[in-house]
Amino acid sequence: MAELTSPINGKVWKILVAVGDKVELDDEMVILEALKMETPIYSEENGTVSEIRVKEGDAVNEGDVLVVVT
Amino acid sequence: MFRILEDLVLSSGLVNLTPGNLVMWLVAFTLFYLAIKKQYEPLLLLPIGFGILIVNLPLTFLMEPEQGLVWFFYHYGIEKDIIPPLVFLGLGAMIDFGPLIANPKTLLLGAGAQVGLYVTFFAAILLGFDLKEAASIGIIGGADGPTTIYLGSKLAPHMLGATAVSAYAYMALVPIIQPPIMRLLTTEAERKIEMGKIRPVSRLQKIVFPIITAMIVMLLAPPSAPLISMLMMGNLFKESGVVERLTNASSNELINIVTIFQGLAVGATMTAAVFLNPKVLLVFCLGLFAFCVSTASGLLMAKFMNLFLKVKINPLIGAAGVSAVPMAARCVHKVGSEANRRNYLLMHAMGPNVAGVIGTVVAAAIFLKNLG
Repeated sequence: MAELTSPINGKVWKILVAVGDKVELDDEMVILEALKMETPIYSEENGTVSEIRVKEGDAVNEGDVLVVVT
Repeated sequence: MFRILEDLVLSSGLVNLTPGNLVMWLVAFTLFYLAIKKQYEPLLLLPIGFGILIVNLPLTFLMEPEQGLVWFFYHYGIEKDIIPPLVFLGLGAMIDFGPLIANPKTLLLGAGAQVGLYVTFFAAILLGFDLKEAASIGIIGGADGPTTIYLGSKLAPHMLGATAVSAYAYMALVPIIQPPIMRLLTTEAERKIEMGKIRPVSRLQKIVFPIITAMIVMLLAPPSAPLISMLMMGNLFKESGVVERLTNASSNELINIVTIFQGLAVGATMTAAVFLNPKVLLVFCLGLFAFCVSTASGLLMAKFMNLFLKVKINPLIGAAGVSAVPMAARCVHKVGSEANRRNYLLMHAMGPNVAGVIGTVVAAAIFLKNLG
């Protein structure tokens, strides 16, 4: 199990995966928005999305867990 | 009957139009196009463009001293230096100095990127500008609109329009101007350097920062006081967390209101007679030069620091030392993530970026002290 954390402070702009999706290393998972710029966050391993901890529009801080992959 | 018609024509603006006016209309239309279609700094270029258009309609006397509407905006807002500090109040209420507090050595990058100002200052003197003009051209390299206007209105008001417009134009063009310089001066391996997490900064540190910075900067460079005091008070409002109403008023309503009058008044200084002058073209070239040298010196400063640092910084963040908040930081982030998609430099670049604002104000204060 691995937690994908946010590398920056910002807002969740788009969530590109759903619970149960199979993801591979480097797949785009979430797009964050900070300082009016979209920043894609990539998967750090192969696996299945088991939990999504945020929803679109949420404010997140650096280190917050976005998605859990098992 | 014929006389009345003749009077009507002669007293209209039409017969008093000069070819220069028509050229200035084109300049205004170009700014409208850039603002509306390309969305380059529309908040600034739209009022500036409209200011240019209306002062180039003859016989309106909008800029007539003691008489014209826009002259009063200009006189009280810009000439008396009220608006740029108020813009800084709003900026202070928006800026997060956290990344700078977390990594104070990025202050050096904010200082390093001011080299372009001084190089350009001397280049402008060589090209025949006087000292005061040269200073107000050099400050364009700081990529900071309010500071450029502040210094320009004090040292070379006849060039204010040109210096202000070129500062704003180059800020909008950051994503085009900076990346080639960034790629030229850094290696692929350097651009790939990841910088990890930013050290968390406590609320107390964030509250103390604007107070201490205001005291130190104003004691060392007193002429910076109008800009720095407002910037730091705005930031204290924000970080104190107890005056949300004042924070919001400064960073929304107030800054929006003064931005309207600042843009209009700056645009209105650009009558054909003042603006259509070969020197203006030189101002734009030198401004671009200043901007490029500042970007390069920020990058080189970062590479120089890396010679001594155990944990290397990504030299790209040096390019964010030109103020242009947050355009330059965004640009660093983008170029960094192109080299390494897991590179998130945005917040790291905000450190030198906000330090650059302070650096540019200090540079302006030094110019003012020696030339004002």
